Amino acid sequence: MKTKEYTISVFTENAPGLLLRVTTVFTRRKLNIESITASESEIKGIHRYTIVLFTTDEMADIIVNQLEKQIEVYKAFKHTNEELVYQEIALYKIRAKSISQADYTEDIVRKFSAKVLSITNDYIVIEKTGYPEETKELYGSLQKYEILEFVRSGRVAITKPMKSLEEHLNEKENIYKSK
Amino acid sequence: MKNRNWYEKKNVSGSEAVILSLLAEKTELLFGYVGGAIMPVYDALYDYIDNLNHILTRHEQGSVHAAQAYARASGKTGVCFATSGPGATNLITGLADALMDSTPIVCITGQVNSKFLGSDAFQETDIISVSAPVTKWNFQVTSAKEIPEAISKAFYIAKNGRPGPVLIDITKDAQQELFDFEYKSTDFIRTYLPFPVKNDLLISDAVNVINNSKKPLIIAGHGVLISDASKELADFVEKANIPVATTLLGMSAMPADHPLYFGMVGMHGNYGPNINTNNADVIIAIGMRFDDRITSNPQKYASQAKIIHIEIDKSEINKNIKADYPLCGDAKEIIQEMLKNVKFKERAQWIRSFRDCYDIEFEKVINNQTKPYSGAIHMAEVINTISEITKGEALIVTDVGQNQMFAARYYQFNKPNSFISSGGLGTMGFGLPASIGAKLGAPERDVILIVGDGGLQMTIQEFATIVQNNLNIKIVLLNNEFLGMVRQWQEMFFQRRYSYTEMSNPNFTAIASAYGIESKKITQRDELADGINLMLKSNNCFFLEVQVGKELNVLPMIPAGESVSNILLTYEN
Ligand SMILES: Cc1ncc(C[n+]2csc(CCOP(=O)(O)OP(=O)(O)O)c2C)c(N)n1
Repeated sequence: MKTKEYTISVFTENAPGLLLRVTTVFTRRKLNIESITASESEIKGIHRYTIVLFTTDEMADIIVNQLEKQIEVYKAFKHTNEELVYQEIALYKIRAKSISQADYTEDIVRKFSAKVLSITNDYIVIEKTGYPEETKELYGSLQKYEILEFVRSGRVAITKPMKSLEEHLNEKENIYKSK
Repeated sequence: MKNRNWYEKKNVSGSEAVILSLLAEKTELLFGYVGGAIMPVYDALYDYIDNLNHILTRHEQGSVHAAQAYARASGKTGVCFATSGPGATNLITGLADALMDSTPIVCITGQVNSKFLGSDAFQETDIISVSAPVTKWNFQVTSAKEIPEAISKAFYIAKNGRPGPVLIDITKDAQQELFDFEYKSTDFIRTYLPFPVKNDLLISDAVNVINNSKKPLIIAGHGVLISDASKELADFVEKANIPVATTLLGMSAMPADHPLYFGMVGMHGNYGPNINTNNADVIIAIGMRFDDRITSNPQKYASQAKIIHIEIDKSEINKNIKADYPLCGDAKEIIQEMLKNVKFKERAQWIRSFRDCYDIEFEKVINNQTKPYSGAIHMAEVINTISEITKGEALIVTDVGQNQMFAARYYQFNKPNSFISSGGLGTMGFGLPASIGAKLGAPERDVILIVGDGGLQMTIQEFATIVQNNLNIKIVLLNNEFLGMVRQWQEMFFQRRYSYTEMSNPNFTAIASAYGIESKKITQRDELADGINLMLKSNNCFFLEVQVGKELNVLPMIPAGESVSNILLTYEN
C-alpha cells in the first residue's frame, strides 16, 4: 500500500480537551504527525486544525471518519498536495559576526525571496515563507554561517475546491431541520 | 413531591441542579458510590429520595456496569455517580466497555475545587484527559450555571446516533455555588448530526442486488436491538427468504426457533453461518462492525460477496471490511425502506446447506456437549437445561469466557433484548454488577446470570448490593477451577502449558450464605434439573454453583487470524 503526504483539515468547536481527542485519532494508530497547526477559521467560533502526515489513502479516509466521529468536530477533509495551496514559515537566527558583509545577506534574501526581520549587533533574523523544500534549501545556503536557532511552522493550507465551509455546515443544519 | 416542575427553580446549588437536571431527563434510578468531591451532590440527593432511587454498589466498577446493563435492559440512559480521583478512575473499564458496546450512560464525577485544578490536590485526577479515549463525549464543569446545559447535552449525546458513554466532571465549588436553575432539553448540537441521511438511491440498488442474489446471508448485530428492529428484521427475512445469523451482541434479535435463523457468527459461532460467509454472494450486515472476532482474517473474509453494510456510525463503514453498498442510517428505518421492494426468492439449496451444516455441527459438537451421559457436568448441558426449563424466556446476563460462549451458543432465546454480555471489551467482572442493572431495568423479567469462577471473583462484593436491595437475581456459577477460556487457548495453542490459569477457590456457597443469599452446589448430573428448578422457584436471589468439567473446550472454533472457512469442529489434543 502506497503512502503519500496528506493534509487533513479539521473544523471544530473551540472546546477545551478537543486537541487531545484530535491527536489521539492519530497516536492510537501509531501515525506520526509531521506537523499540526490550529487557528480560527473564516467562521467565527470555528477552529481549524491543519495536520500533515504520510499515510495510505485508505487510512486517510478512516482518519477523516474517526475525526468526524468526535462530537465537537464539524467536518474533516483529506487533501493531497495537488488539491491545496499551502505554505509554511521558517525563521533563521544567524550570528551577526559570521555573516558580516551586508551585501551578501541581501543577495541571499533576494535570491530566496526571504525577508530580514531583525538586525542587532549579535544576530540577524531571516524569515522565509514557502514550501518545505524552499525553507530547507535556504537552510542549506545559510549553513556556512553560524545558525543559532531555526524554527519552522506547521503547514497552513487553503483548498482549491470552491465549496465553502459555510455551505457544508448549512447542509448539516438542513439535514437536521428536515428530520 | 410528585408531578413537580423540574425545569426551573430559583437560587439552587449546583448540586441540586444536578439532581433537578436528572429528574428533567426523567431519570428514575441511578448507581453510585460516595466520596469527598461528590458529597455536595449526595447531600442534595438526600432531599429527593422519593423522586430518585439511588443504588449504592460496593465498587465504582459495579456502578458503571450496573448502569450499562440498566440501559440495555430498559432502553433508557444509565446514570452513575462517583467521586474524584480513584472513584473516577474506577469507572474507566465500564466506560471503555460501554463505548465498545454502544451503551448510553451518563457518568457524573466530582472534582476538586476549581482553584486547585492542576495542583495535584488530594484525589485530583485529570479524568477528562484520562477518559477522553473511552467516552463518546466528556466535559468539565467549573461553574454551577454550566450544569443544566452540560447534563442536557450529555443525555442527548449518550442516547442519539450510535449510543455511548458520556462523562461530566463537576468541581466541588461548582456543586456548591448558587444560581437560578433553568433546564432546556437538547435537540440539536451544531457539530453533531446523529441521524445520517438515508440514501434512497443506494438503498434501492441494494434491494436489487438482494432480489437477484442466489446465496444471500444476513448478519444481524447489536444495532438491530438498539434500534428496536427485531420485528422488522423477521419480516424482512421472511419476505425475502434469506438465512440470518447474529453476532454475539445481536443474540436474541431473532427467535432461536425461527426456521431461517442459523445461529451466531464468529470465533465460537455456528458452523453454517461461518462457513457460508465465504460461500455467500451477498452479505447484508445490519448494525454490526465486522469486529475481528467475527472476521478473524479480514483479507480472507467474504471476498467473493457483495457487502451491504447498514450502520448508523459512518466511521464503521469501510473501517474493517469494504462495503459495496454502504447504507448509513438507523437499522429500523433502512430495513423498513428495503422491506417495501424486496421480493421472495426460492433459495432451497442455499437454505438447505445451512441445515446440513447444522446437522454436522449437531452430531460432532452440540449433541455431545448438551447431552453427555457420563463424565463431569458440561457447561453446555447446564445452559441447555436452563434454556429448556425457562422456555427461552429469561433475560440472560453473562460474564466473560467459556461461560459466556456456552450461554450464547445454547440458550434458545425467544424474546428480543434477552442477552446482556460484554462483547467488544470482554470485561471479566461485568456479569454480577450487570445482573443488578438488568434486574432493575427489567424487573418483570427473570434475570439469570451465567458466570465463571474467575470473573465472579472480580466483582463478588456486589453480592451485598443484591441483598441490600432485595433483588431477585438467579446466579449460576459454572465452576471449573480454571480461567477456562485462557486454559483452552493454552491447551490448543501453547502445548498445554497451563501458566497461571488454575485456581484454588474459596467455598463459594458459604460466601453466598455469608452475604445472606440462598445457595446450593450441584456436583452430580442427576441433581442438575432439580437444582435449577429450586433456584427458579425461589422468590429471592439464589446462588447455584455447578461443578463442571475442568478441561472443557468451546467448539467450534476459528483459530485467531484464520479464515472463517477454517473453523474447527473438533479438537484432539
Ligand atoms: C478483566 C479481564 N482480565 C483478563 C481477561 C482475559 N480472560 C478472558 S477469558 C478469561 C478466563 C475466564 O475464566 P472464568 O471467569 O473462570 O470463566 P470460564 O472461561 O472458565 O468460563 C480470562 C482470564 C479478561 N477478559 N478480562
